[in-house]
Order: sequence, then C-alpha cells, then structure tokens
Amino acid sequence: MADYPLSAAAIKSEFKRAGIHFVVALPDRVTSHHLLKGLIADPEYKVVQVCKEDEGVSICSGLYAAGHKSVLMMQYTGFLDSINSIRGIAVEGKFPVCIVVGLLGKEPDVEPAKSKKYGVKIIEPICDVMGIEHCLIERDSDAPKIYSAIEKSFANSSPSAILIGREPR
Amino acid sequence: MMKRDDMLKAFARQRKDEIVVAVYMAAQELTHISPSELNYTFIGAMGQGSSHALGLALGRPDKKVVVFDGDGSLLMNLGSLVTIGNQAPKNYIHCLCENGCYETNGSVPTPNSGNIKFAEFAKTAGYKKTYEIAELAEWEKQLPEILKQEGPVFVTLKVEPGETYPENFPRLYSNEYREKFRQTLAKS
Repeated sequence: MADYPLSAAAIKSEFKRAGIHFVVALPDRVTSHHLLKGLIADPEYKVVQVCKEDEGVSICSGLYAAGHKSVLMMQYTGFLDSINSIRGIAVEGKFPVCIVVGLLGKEPDVEPAKSKKYGVKIIEPICDVMGIEHCLIERDSDAPKIYSAIEKSFANSSPSAILIGREPR
Repeated sequence: MMKRDDMLKAFARQRKDEIVVAVYMAAQELTHISPSELNYTFIGAMGQGSSHALGLALGRPDKKVVVFDGDGSLLMNLGSLVTIGNQAPKNYIHCLCENGCYETNGSVPTPNSGNIKFAEFAKTAGYKKTYEIAELAEWEKQLPEILKQEGPVFVTLKVEPGETYPENFPRLYSNEYREKFRQTLAKS
C-alpha cells in the first residue's frame, strides 16, 4: 500500500482543510470503497446520499445559501446525466458547487482527454466549453489541488470539477 | 380545488419567519403575494426545488423551510422524496401545488394526471405526516398545525390558476437577490 500513488486519506484531509462538513454523494465505483465509505463512517462529516446526481447540485446550492461549504461526489456518468442542473444552477446561477468526479475506466497515468474510454475522454472538453474549472487528481502529490479548487469555487461563486483519475485506497 | 393565489394569500397571512422555496408559477406569485428576503426562487433547473429546500433545511435546522413545488416538477425529481425521507429534516414542509399540467409550458397534462397519489409516494418515502387538501377553508384550518408539525411533512394542494401576476424573472433568478437571501438568512 505504501507505494500506491493515491490515498483516500489524502483526499479526506484536503476536504477537512477546506472546511467541508457536508458531503453529498451517489456511489461512484472509483471512490466508493475507500473514500465514500470512510466519509460515511467518520462523524466529522455529514454524508447526504442522493438518488440521482442532479439532486446533489441543488442540495449543495441550498447548503451554500445557508452558509455551508460542501462537495458533491459522483461518477463521470452522473456528471453527464446532470449537465442541465450543472448548467442552470452552478454555471448560470453562479453557485459554488464543487463536484468530485470519478473517471471510471481511465487508464492509469493517461490524460483523460487521451483515454480510450469515450465517456472519460469527453469530460474535460465539456468542462471547458461550460467554463468549469477542473483539475486531475491521480497521486497524493496532486491532492493540494483539491483545497485550491474548493477555495477558488467559493471565492468566485463558481463551480469546479475535481477529477479523480484512479481509485484512491 | 383552490385558486393558487388564494392558497398563497392564506399562507402569507400565517407566515412568520419561514424560508420559502417556490418554483415556476408559484414562485412568480409568491414574490407578489408574500414578498420577503427569505423567498428562495433561484432553482435553475426544473424539478430541483425540493432538493434546494433540503440543502437549506439541513444547513439551517433552526429555521422552518416551506417549499411550494409543482407536480410536473416533482415528477422530474421523484427520487428526492426518498432522499428527503432518509434525511428526515424536522424543519421541512413540502407543499405540492398539483394542477395536473405543465402550466408554464402550455398547460399540457402531466402523465397520468389526476390518478397519482403523491402523498402516498411521500408516505412510503419516509415523510412523517402527509395531507391532501383541495379546499381553501381546509387549508386555512390545517395550516397552523402543518407549520407546527415535526417534519418532513408533505401536503398535496389541489390548485388551479387564479389571477394573473406580472412575471419578474430577474427577481426569480438574479444573483443579487440570491446574495440578499444569504445575507438575510445569516442574520436571522
């Protein structure tokens, strides 16, 4: 495990550093086993499980309006399914929704845009065309980008996509 | 069947300091009938009113959150009933304005209009108390109890259009009003 490049603990620690208490989530195969289950078990976090990802965009927005920071966890398929809510609420409505997106099937150390997996390959271009800032997390050394993305989102009242490129363990 | 604006006027007479989330026609009418900095109309995508309201209710458990949803809207986000039932916020009151159609989009009927028991969905999903109200007098009578109930509470309100109110989309969607809402809520 010591040589494994990305730990769930590194991601959790960045959530904590950014002042996240609420995690809104629908299980994603990339992050569910080690990260989401750990968050559910940790009393420092309040995990709100949703039935569909677009609900989460709105729940995070309501939490923001009530004075809270949150993150929204989903698989890239859920991101694609939620495009209209992300467009209307987070982008045009300028709500700081921080979306943690598991890139299921992305090949290790391959840039998402060069993945052979079509659904993965189109995520960054979609973010670009929607004006959503994004970053890729594949190693513990990438983890500080999570804090920066969350801080920037809340400072600018704009969404961000934190792309998880491999399973954190 | 109640006129929707009469229903909202009856609510406005009994409103105290609740956060009120409203969608589509109810949102347009609410801003005229019960103007308040605690009106939350920044929904952004159809079907999402109940979920915005859940975020508000979880974020401010000390404040009652009343949402005036639509039947067409709720049909787009039926899973939110389960999410809300699972979280079980005590301060959540979900009022469904059932008009049986997509009123904003040409009044085309909703699928299986008139035959869906939304309150039964809510009960199964875990709402603690449900009501179905078709008459204005009944709404006025039940409202004090509904507002005091421990949530989540679900109320089906059988409504039809009443008077026409001027549309004010900037009030509904502007970031300026959203920020005013945040600031007012932070102080209340």
